[in-house]
This record gives sequence, C-alpha cells and structure tokens, in this order.
Amino acid sequence: MAMAALRREGRRLLLSPVSYNSPVAARSAILSDELGPMGARSVSTQAVRNRMKSVKNIQKITKAMKMVAASKLRAVQVRTENSRGIWQPFTALLGDNPSVDVKKNVIVAITSDKGLCGGINSTSVKVSKALYKLTSGPEKETKYVVLGEKGKVQLVRDSKNSIEMNITELQKNPLNYTQVSVLADDILKNMEYDALRIIYNKFQSVVSFLPTVSTILSPETVEKESEAGGKLGSLDFYEIEGGDTKAEVLQNLAEFQFSCVLFNAVLENACSELGARMSAMDSSSRNAGEMLDRLTLTYNRTRQASITTELIEIISGASALTG
Amino acid sequence: MSRQASRLVTRALSGGGHRSTASFRPFSTDLPAAPSEDTAFVEAWRKVAPNIDPPKTPLAFMKPRPPTPSSIPSKLTVNFVIPYQSEISNKEVDMVIVPATTGQMGVLPGHVATIAELKPGVLSVHEGNEVTKYFVSSGFAFVHANSVTDIVAVEAVPVDRIDPSLVQKGLADFTQKLNSATTDLEKAEAQIGVDVHSALNAALSG
Repeated sequence: MAMAALRREGRRLLLSPVSYNSPVAARSAILSDELGPMGARSVSTQAVRNRMKSVKNIQKITKAMKMVAASKLRAVQVRTENSRGIWQPFTALLGDNPSVDVKKNVIVAITSDKGLCGGINSTSVKVSKALYKLTSGPEKETKYVVLGEKGKVQLVRDSKNSIEMNITELQKNPLNYTQVSVLADDILKNMEYDALRIIYNKFQSVVSFLPTVSTILSPETVEKESEAGGKLGSLDFYEIEGGDTKAEVLQNLAEFQFSCVLFNAVLENACSELGARMSAMDSSSRNAGEMLDRLTLTYNRTRQASITTELIEIISGASALTG
Repeated sequence: MSRQASRLVTRALSGGGHRSTASFRPFSTDLPAAPSEDTAFVEAWRKVAPNIDPPKTPLAFMKPRPPTPSSIPSKLTVNFVIPYQSEISNKEVDMVIVPATTGQMGVLPGHVATIAELKPGVLSVHEGNEVTKYFVSSGFAFVHANSVTDIVAVEAVPVDRIDPSLVQKGLADFTQKLNSATTDLEKAEAQIGVDVHSALNAALSG
C-alpha cells in the first residue's frame, strides 16, 4: 500500500520534469536508447530481441531441413542397400585394381548439387585431386568428369582445363537405372579411357561416410592385364559364350560394369549426402538453441537491470522528498 | 549337477551373446582371409597425399569368395542380382538354366568357368523338385571355377507375373513398327522390341 503510493508519487515526480520529452509512454522511454528521465541512461533490449527472433527462426528452419533429410534418407537407404549386390559379381570376376598403370585415366567424381551437407563434397574433391596427382606422369593424361554442381565449383578453380564433362541436376527425378545407364553411355561415348575411376562417398551409417574409389578397366586394358598375369591372370580360363569375338563380349562387359557400378555409386552418394545434411542441420539447430539460451540470459539481465535502475530512481527521488 | 552346470553355461553364453551384439566384435574366423585392400595402391597414395586417408576400394566391402575346391562340389551357389535388389544371394541349388545368346545353357556344379552374355529369355533355377522361373531382359552370367554362379541382369520378373494380353499387344506393335521403320536406329529399336516380346511369348507358353 505504501509502496504503491510511493510508486505513484515517484511517477508523478518523474513525469513532470520530463515534459520536454516527446509524450511517449514512460516505460518505452526508459527502454529505448535515449536519455531516460532524471538523465539516467538505460541499455536497449530491442537489439537483443531482434537477434533472438532471427536465431529462433534459424533453429526452426534447420530443424525442418533435418526432418526432411531424415525422411528422404529412409527411402533412398532401402534402395541403396538393395543395389549393393550389383557390383559384386564384376569384382569377383575381374578383381579390383586401383593401382593399375595406364596412360589415359578418367576420374568420375560424384558430388551433390545442393549445399548445406557438411564436408562430403570437399572430401570427394580432395580425394579426386590426390588421385589426379597419383595417376599423372610423363605421357599420361588424366581428365575429370564431374557429376554435381558442388564438385564443379571446387574443381574449376585450379583444374579448369582437365574437366571434360559436367553433369548437373541428377536428382531432379528419383534415381533409376535407366537414367544412369543413359548417362554412362554418354560418358563412354565422349571420353577416351584406359581406366575409369569413380569416386563417391559410401554410406556406412547415418554418421559415417567413407570416400571410396572403384576402378573400371577398358577392354583393351583387361586383355593386357590378363596376359601380364596377376589378379586378372585367371581370366583366360573363362570360356566365352555368346557374341562373335572375345573382344566384343569384353566390350559389352566393360560397359555393363560401368553402368552398374555407377548406379550403385550414385545411390550411395545420394544416401551419404542426405545423412551428412541431417547431421549438419542437427548440429546447426543445436548451436542455434545454445545461442538462444545465451541471448535469453543477456536479455533478462538487461531487462532486470533497467527495472532496478528505474526503481532506484523512483525510490531515491521519493526519499529525497520525504527524508 | 551337470544340469546346473549346463544351465550356468547357457546363461553365460546368452549373456555373452547379448553383450557381443551390443558391441559388435567379429570372431577371428569370421574376418576375411584375403587382404581387404590393395597395398600397392595404399603405398602409392601415401607418397602423393600423406595427409589424406586413402579411399576405400570395393574389395574392402566384399565378402571373399571360397577358393576352388579340389573335387566337384555337390551343389551350385547362385547369386542373381538386378539393379533394384538381389533376387537370390548365396543360395545352394542343383542346376540353373540361363538364356545365353548361343541358346539355353545349363549350369551344373563343376561346370567349366564361363562368361556368358544373356539374351531376353527364361532363367530357371532348379532346387530339388522345385523350379523357379524368371524372365530376364539381358545381362551377363559368370560361372566361376569354385561353382559359384553370378547372374547379373538389367530387369527380371517371375514368369507368373507376366500379362499375356500385353505381350501380344506389344508384339503386334513392334512388328508393325519394324515394317514401317525407315532409319537404321528405328529398325534396331523395333527389332529389339520384337525379339523381347517373342521371347516373352515363348516364356509364357514354354
């Protein structure tokens, strides 16, 4: 009761010398960034409030993006796991020769079109560049075929002349084998190659993606390596059924192998992209939440400090009058 | 006394089994015997890019195949894959008949190692008394020396899911297209359509 009277008296005292101020409510005059009554300065909470609103929006957006990526991942993961059987027969027959030494190498780097997916595109590009260095040498030439916008942007900076083909908007329609086989046909038509190396991120789990390189040899290289012995040496023991010549069958085999391995690689990369986006958006929303907590604390501290200042002024003014 | 002991042993085993599924640690006999990475590649990589981990290669993700046995095994191991799923994986069967371009080829355990190109036709898998038939569009079949057969096809459907009326209609359409085709490309496409639909027809009747 006494406090209320004191407060009313204090406010009447405050308002009278403030007549030169614009007639805004006393509260907002105190909270805005100008001289309060009695010349007391108060810190603004408006800026902090704006920041809080934008951080909260960012948190909502990143959380939504994570949910979208999670739901898409479920569908693609099933298809990826089903397609894992398709490259195994070829590796069982021809073995795996990443260290094969040939003159013309083509590096097919699979990256994503959209961003905000963590570091997977950068790892693919790093691995591609290292592989380029590995396969380059006197009388050898290495070229890039880049699938996806993000890879092109990164590779164009220093290897612009080595990029032969760039294919984007791969995932406009859901990935299927027909589309990939047309793409593989395109690549084989336009590139001369002795060995194709496909670089992609293999999907191990939602948080783990391993950069992987699959090597596919041209039919002539297969012949050469099988004569030289080693892993492909046992290829001679296989009888060839169908086709007119062994070379024709090997040609068909190489093309079929490329399209199958490319199909699996594109699916695995799509899966890894969604998984990486999920974890990137998850950490982003967590960071936004922490930032919001810190900002809320600052906001409350500022607000309470200004209320305390106001009270002190009122009370000291009132006590100056009475005491 | 022995019953108590066996109960304790089973409890210990089940407890151990439960623990091992929580933290997956393979037994040493389950690990692949063959090297899972190409050492020459890894060494060359380390020379060029020592700071980056070498990428994995498909060998690391594949279960190793059994070696060639000295005597002819009794059963054939079949893997039948299409891009969208593995229809049959590591199934032990008696015989498979694949539609190679040179005709129907029967594969029995101990068959010589072969690479066969497939044409549209019926693939039948014989296991005991049951026969499963699939219509495959085309692909490859590899028979390895260790009696493992890999069949890779672009598209495959079980024969009982084929609609006969659509087959007849398709055959009529493509025959007509073949007759009215002008360029080589159109002729080739129409010929392929006629071949596939005739094979479908044969699959339905045979």
